[in-house]
Parts: sequence; C-alpha cells; structure tokens
Amino acid sequence: MAEGKDHNNILDEVTSGEYKYGFYTDIEMDTAPKGLTEDTIRFISAKKNEPEWMLEFRLKAFKYWLTIAEPNWAHLHHPPIDYQDIIYYAAPKKKPSLSSLDEVDPELLDTFNKLGISLEEQKVLAGVAVDAVIDSVSVKTTFTETLSKKGIIFCSFSEAVREHPELVKKHMGSVVPYRDNYFAALNSAVFSDGSFCYIPKGVRCPVELSTYFRINAANTGQFERTLIVADEGSYVSYLEGCTAPQRDENQLHAAIVEIVAEHNAEVKYSTVQNWYPGDKEGKGGIYNFVTKRGLCRGNHSKISWTQVETGSAITWKYPSCVLKGDNSIGEFYSVAVTNNYQQADTGSKMIHLGKNTKSTIISKGISAGHSNNSYRGMVRVAKKATNSRNFSQCDSLLLGDKCGAHTFPYITTGNESSIVEHEATTSKISEDQLFYCQQRGIDSEKAISLIVNGYAKEVLNKLPMEFAVEAQKLLAITLEGSVG
Amino acid sequence: MLLDIKNLHVSINGKEILKAFNLTVNKGEVHAIMGPNGTGKSTLAAAITGREGYEITQGEIWFNGELINDMSPDERANKGIFLSFQYPVEIPGVSMTNFMRTALNAKREFNNQPPVSASDFLKKMEEMKNLVEIHSKLTNRSVNEGFSGGEKKKNEIFQMAMLEPTMAILDETDSGLDIDALKVVAKGVNALRADDNGFVVITHYQRLLDFIVPDFVHVMYDGSIVKSGGKELALELEANGYEWIKEAVAEK
Ligand SMILES: Nc1ncnc2c1ncn2[C@@H]1O[C@H](COP(=O)(O)OP(=O)(O)OP(=O)(O)O)[C@@H](O)[C@H]1O
Ligand SMILES: [Mg+2]
Repeated sequence: MAEGKDHNNILDEVTSGEYKYGFYTDIEMDTAPKGLTEDTIRFISAKKNEPEWMLEFRLKAFKYWLTIAEPNWAHLHHPPIDYQDIIYYAAPKKKPSLSSLDEVDPELLDTFNKLGISLEEQKVLAGVAVDAVIDSVSVKTTFTETLSKKGIIFCSFSEAVREHPELVKKHMGSVVPYRDNYFAALNSAVFSDGSFCYIPKGVRCPVELSTYFRINAANTGQFERTLIVADEGSYVSYLEGCTAPQRDENQLHAAIVEIVAEHNAEVKYSTVQNWYPGDKEGKGGIYNFVTKRGLCRGNHSKISWTQVETGSAITWKYPSCVLKGDNSIGEFYSVAVTNNYQQADTGSKMIHLGKNTKSTIISKGISAGHSNNSYRGMVRVAKKATNSRNFSQCDSLLLGDKCGAHTFPYITTGNESSIVEHEATTSKISEDQLFYCQQRGIDSEKAISLIVNGYAKEVLNKLPMEFAVEAQKLLAITLEGSVG
Repeated sequence: MLLDIKNLHVSINGKEILKAFNLTVNKGEVHAIMGPNGTGKSTLAAAITGREGYEITQGEIWFNGELINDMSPDERANKGIFLSFQYPVEIPGVSMTNFMRTALNAKREFNNQPPVSASDFLKKMEEMKNLVEIHSKLTNRSVNEGFSGGEKKKNEIFQMAMLEPTMAILDETDSGLDIDALKVVAKGVNALRADDNGFVVITHYQRLLDFIVPDFVHVMYDGSIVKSGGKELALELEANGYEWIKEAVAEK
C-alpha cells in the first residue's frame, strides 16, 4: 500500500510543466576573476587556506590538463566550451561555522524550503545528516555529533583537508587519478569543495548521509569533489541530490566522486540529479561531466551506484566499480530520462580484477521530445578474475518518434570460467497502454508518468525511501508535456 | 436517456467503418450487440470511449444529455463511461493496486472529492475482489502482466466494480472464459445493474445472455444495426447464424 500512496501523492503534486526549481537565491558572492590560469588555482587554494601539498596536487593536475584535449567519443553534441569564460570560484561571503540552524542565512534556509528539503524537518524527522553545499562552500553539517561518537567523519572536503590530511592524502586520487580523463584533471585542478566521509572499521553508519548540491551563481562552473572511505567491515548509504535554478547560460559541471571499500565493507551511493535541463528549445542548461568511480579494494566488499538522472542539458557520466578484492560486488542501477533537447551519454564500467567477483548493471533509458539518450557500458574481466559474473540489462523506452536511444556495450572477458551476459531492449509506450489508462480516467500526462515509473521501478526500488519519492516526482516533472 | 448515438459515421485511416449507426440506451437497460467478425463492434466501443484515430465524420454521441463527440477519453471515463476491453493491455511495473487507486482518485478529483483514504480503498478492493472472485495476489501484480486470458477478463469486471460507471460497455468479456468464470463475470455485472446505469454487452455467444439477460438484442452488420429485438433474437441467431441477416440486408 505504501507504494500506492506515494505514487498518488506524487502525481497530485505534479502540476505545471515549467522547471519548478528555477529560482535564484541572492547571496553575496566572493568570486574569482573569469578564466583559468595558474593564478586562478593559486587564488582558489589561498581562498581555502590550503596546505602546500594540496596546492601542488592542483598545479600538477592543471599542468596535465593543459596537455590534453576534451574527449569526443561520446554521443553528444554541444558548442565548444570556452574554459576561459568561466568563473572557477564563488563562495558565499559569510563564512559559516555554525552550531545550529538558527545561524544559517535565512535566505538559504528559504531556498531549501522551496526545494522541499527543509533542514529542520530532515534533522528531526528523517534522521538524515545533511551536508548542504551551495555553490562551493559547505554551509551546514548536521548530525556531526551523533556521527562523531561512532568515529564517523562527515564533513566538507576543505575541512577534511585541514583536519584529516592523512586520510585525504592517502585516498584522494587513488580511485580517480587526475590523469584519468580531461574532466577529472580539470576538477583536480580547480575543485571548489564537496564532501568527505570516513566510516571506521566495523561501524555501520546509522543514518543516510546526504548532500544537496546547488549551482547558484551565473557563469560559475561547479567542481565538486567527494571522497568516501569505508574501512573494513563498515557500511554506509550516501545520498546525493541536486537541483539548480533556471539559467540561460550553459553552466559547466565536472565533479569527481571516489569511493574506497575495504574488506567486507559496503557502500551504497544514490543520486537524484535534476539540474536545469535547458528550455524547450534546448537553450541553456547544465553541462554535466562527472567521473564517479568506486574501488572495491578489499575482499567481499561491495559498492552499489543507483542514479536517477533527469536534469542537465548534457550528461556524461559512468559511475564505475573496480572489483579488485576477491568476491567483491559492484552494482549499477540507473534511470536516465531525457526530454526536449537533452542529451545523455551514461552507463557504467565494471572492471573485474579479483576472483569470484560479481557485477550487475541495470540501465533504463527514457527518451522523449528531441532528446538523445545513450547507454555506454564497459565490462572487463581480467585474466586472473576467474569465476566472475556480470549481468547487464539495458532497456530503452521511447516516447514519440523524434528522440533517439543508443546502446554501446563494450565487453572483454580474459578467462573462460567467467560469464558475462548482456541484454538490451528498446520499446515504446504503446498507444494501447495510454488509452487503457485514459479509459480508466487517468489523463495522458499522469498515464505517462505511471507507465514510466512502472518501467523504472526495478531501479527506483533500489533507492532509499525518501529519495524514491523525490525521484518519482522528477520523472513525472521531466516528462510533462512530452505527449501532445 | 443515458446514451444516445445518432447517425454515427466513424472512419479509421479514411476508411468508413461505422455507417449511420443509431442506438439509444436508457437508464436501467442492458443492450446486447451481436454480429459477425469485423462488423465494427469494437470500433463502436472505441468511438464511444473517444479513442484517438477513430474519426467521427458525421453524427452525434450524447451521454447524459451532453454531446461528447470531442471530449477526451479520460473525461468521458470520469463522467462514467467504462469499457471492458476485448484485449486488456499489460502495464509492466505498475501494480494493480496502484493503478486502481490512481484511477479512483482521478475520478474523485474530477468530481471535486478528496482522495480516497487508504482504509476505505483497501476495504473496497477487498469487497470487489470477492465479488469477482479474483485471487488476492493478482492485485499485487502488475496490471494484467502474465494474467491468464480469463484473469484478464475478470480483472476488467473488477475494475468496473471499483469505478462504478453509469455506462459500461463490455467488449467480448465472455470470450475465452470457462463456464465458471463466465458465471462470475455475469454475477459481477448483475450485482452492478441498477436503475441509474446501463450496459452495452458485445458478444458472439447466446451463452452469456443466459446469465446477463438483456432487455434488447441488436444485430450489427457492416457498420450499422440491421436488426433489433428482445432476448429471443439472440436464440434465433444462435440457431440460424448470420446468413439470413446478411441475405436480408443484401435484398434491401
Ligand atoms: N486501426 C485500424 N486500421 C484499419 N482498419 C481497422 C482498424 N481497426 C479496425 N479496423 C477494421 O475495422 C473493421 C471493424 O473492426 P472491429 O474491430 O470494430 O470489428 P468487430 O466487430 O469488433 O470484430 P470482432 O468480432 O472480430 O471483434 C474491421 O474490418 C477491421 O479490420
Ligand atoms: Mg471486436
């Protein structure tokens, strides 16, 4: 019954076709001058009072970035990005180091309220510790006390650099080196802030850790960096959700998320991504180039990625798992929705290195309008990764006949005892299904939302409850107006 | 008058299927429509329920005193028109419970009523499941997915019972049913029969009409009704087939 209830609430709440989270908070900004030079990087590092080693890391990454070119293999088309026309640092001027919500900028709280994620509520009701990021500086961390009793560290990346340099030094770049790709190098050079999370040995994190990201300044690229380290036998579920205000200029976003899971550790990482997708004509919207990767370093470790991608004009994102430990498990569950002129090239990489490693990829692409939705997945089983298994299922759902769905699977198996399975389907919402719903009194918009949510259910079910609700809403909102 | 269809012409892709079709259904009446394959019975159902692609080129469909020619399918449904589909559709991942609740609340919203409470909803589900004798587990499954032919048909009647339409069209609900299921479907329909609603029952078999006794029987041929009568007409058709009707039409 719970499921039925949510569904109806969700559908009821969906009312208008415009991007709902398109409001803009006016908080005084402290910005770097436009453009990217070594000076910009020194400016950022100085602004953040960073130690020398951090600056050196940034500069190395920057020098490398200068020598490489933007990748062009993805099934994406966009005008060239002028990296000198971007502001690489913007921070709310009031430096917050607050102990209670009362001290938080009221305007900021108001923003959260509009998003329906009031910190108060979350704090009291949901038991979620929230590390809210507006642009580049972490503003508020709740539940830190509860967490610290268990030895859990959950703080902004900058704070981690200051307070836990050993952990950061040890793990930063160990999963996504700055040489990994163009956008990873860029992020490593200019990253503004993000979250850091460490779960000590044998500790089960009692709350869902969550971070809300917002992009909130004109022409400011956002370069988040997240590092999650789960020590032996620990468990954590981490939620990341995003919404951004409506803007005309294209905004660049290039984040990095690194996860390390030691022996017997498990990390669940869930994302609902709803950045501004651009208007109906394809004007504006976020360019989202993200590198997310988890390393199952220990035996019997497990990392699962669950993502619901509804926003951004361009999405380039392949949350991956490197299954190094024997018997380790990697999972990827994804729903990617594109409408109007959105383009998504997303999928996963599962790299099997250890013995008896298992991975699962379930990808549901939904395309409407003039959009393009590609699944790109790589499954590689190394010679030594004997008795490994992968199962991949990639389904595409098309709404209308002007959109595109594409599947690019790359599979290599280095031994004979491993089994790799790949299934792919493409379907359309049938006229019959729509009419059937309408005949029962359900209008076409609600019907589409119902059918699409049903189609994506396997993935939505993997999300933590409160996130699943939000995700269903977003699917409905994203597809509004996609039938005539 | 509940339903009044006047001189209805309906084309699909430019091909005329319904031709000068007339039918009046008053409150409290059950009309059976019989006729050879391909005469336009399902087309009639589609036209009444407003399916896209069924173009009304001439004529009028009045429902409860309102001309509904241009009304959207969902509005017609919410005003009380229900179709038990000849071929019910599967909707993967959408549970029957969720589907039914969405449908019921859509209707309530249409009538400016608040959403149904969880407990009322569950009670009603239970009651109607018992009425049409469908297994409890069925409503936890996705809409029609993997249902047997008979289960699909019973599920249509279940939905009808849940939504309480004033005008229900049953398109070959009896096809593919075993005798027990047929009785269950009939029981469901008879339980809902009332002074303020009406039924159009499309069928090929007299058998169903033993259980759902119609007030009128119409024979449809080549897009229009060519003969109407009482329930005896169904028996006559059963005994003699459609040839005599076709010949009669040809002679005209
Ligand atoms: N989408 C369509 N495109 C073209 N012709 C169609 C379409 N749908 C129905 N028809 C034609 O319209 C005619 C009437 O079909 P309809 O389904 O209404 O018949 P019926 O009386 O319900 O038949 P049955 O007893 O077999 O169910 C048939 O000749 C059929 O082929
Ligand atoms: Mg038919």
